[in-house]
Amino acid sequence: MLSDMNPADVTGDYREYTLDLFGIGPRRVLVTDEEVPYPDGCLIVSRTDTEGIITHVNRSFVAMSGYTEDELIGAPHSILRHPDMPRAAFADLWRTVQRGEIWQGYVKNLRKDGAHYWVKATVIPNVRRGRIVGYTSVRRKPERRKVEECIALYARMVAEEREVK
Amino acid sequence: MSYVFTVSPDFSPDHLPEWFVFNTWMQRVSGLRFHLELMDHFSNLRRAVEADRIDLIYANPHDAATLVREKGFVALVKPGDGADEAVIAVSADSPFHRVEDLEPGSRIATTEDPDVHLMGMILLEPAGLNRENVTLHHCDSYVLVAKHLFRGESDAGIFLARAFDELSRPVRERLRTLVRSDIQVIHHYLMAGPRLADRVDDLRDRLTAMGDDAKTAEILKGLGVSRWEAVDEEEVEFMVDLMDTLSYSPA
Repeated sequence: MLSDMNPADVTGDYREYTLDLFGIGPRRVLVTDEEVPYPDGCLIVSRTDTEGIITHVNRSFVAMSGYTEDELIGAPHSILRHPDMPRAAFADLWRTVQRGEIWQGYVKNLRKDGAHYWVKATVIPNVRRGRIVGYTSVRRKPERRKVEECIALYARMVAEEREVK
Repeated sequence: MSYVFTVSPDFSPDHLPEWFVFNTWMQRVSGLRFHLELMDHFSNLRRAVEADRIDLIYANPHDAATLVREKGFVALVKPGDGADEAVIAVSADSPFHRVEDLEPGSRIATTEDPDVHLMGMILLEPAGLNRENVTLHHCDSYVLVAKHLFRGESDAGIFLARAFDELSRPVRERLRTLVRSDIQVIHHYLMAGPRLADRVDDLRDRLTAMGDDAKTAEILKGLGVSRWEAVDEEEVEFMVDLMDTLSYSPA
């Protein structure tokens, strides 16, 4: 289970959204406008089981997420889901990695304090003795021009998804 | 039976005599005959690996992937001195102060060291640089990468962080770091091939015990390694997965 975000953890004015997370259900998230710059030279690395439950995080992941390692291990990866991300992007991610292929894309992640950070993410299935046993996700600093393109693209996609609803 | 032992060509030549000392020690404690064959170029190493001529290797992370996934090698130990990292540096008087100042068309000095080059290209990505839009100058050593920068023949250079730190002070003073990676999980590994499969546990035990006495501590010091740390199969698989994500480029 994934608990709602706590206003006491959020810095500054925030907006409230309710996400409908696949396999989890509704989660209330609190979002500010603050962007945290991606740390130069770092890779943010995590691993999940086949259900998307976090099994490993590196120290860059912990630092950028704002959560403690204890809060992250055992939580669904969608703990980072930002309401500005289209559902279609994650649906494509899961379809791709479950086929055993690598997925790459730009992602806006939500921090515990309501701020966000952009990453260039690559997700690879962990194949051991011919079987997918989990997934490794590696994020790196994105080119700003690509982020600007994604801001516009994702806004259109999210608007379309809300219309369909 | 004699086994072939080799060391990845990216290893500093300053340490090569010490690998012969290490090889002598390995033979003595294991009772196995190892022939240390040093390759002066990555292409020679790849040919030897392809021909299944190698039994024991101090492998760079890029080759470790091939050795594990395609050749059935097992990682014995890794140096306990931190991970492999890369540095992007420019000449001290360069107009570039952050990676994002570099533009497509930049001239990048690099080496044939595949994993350091890969890490370096990842560090250049925030500037929109990739292999399609830069001019690469391949140098035989990190000192030559530095010289390229001094002479203004390249705009930025890719270094193994450890090699960058070992450059002489006058050389380092003429360079400026733009960014240093903090990837944490990419390592060289000492790896054993299938012909040594029944000796893996024994070799690993003897290697991790190195440094317990003054004589073996001295051998390790000569290699620039403080101690050997045992590694398990999953740790190497994890690094190989990570290297795959870094080298992934959609068609």
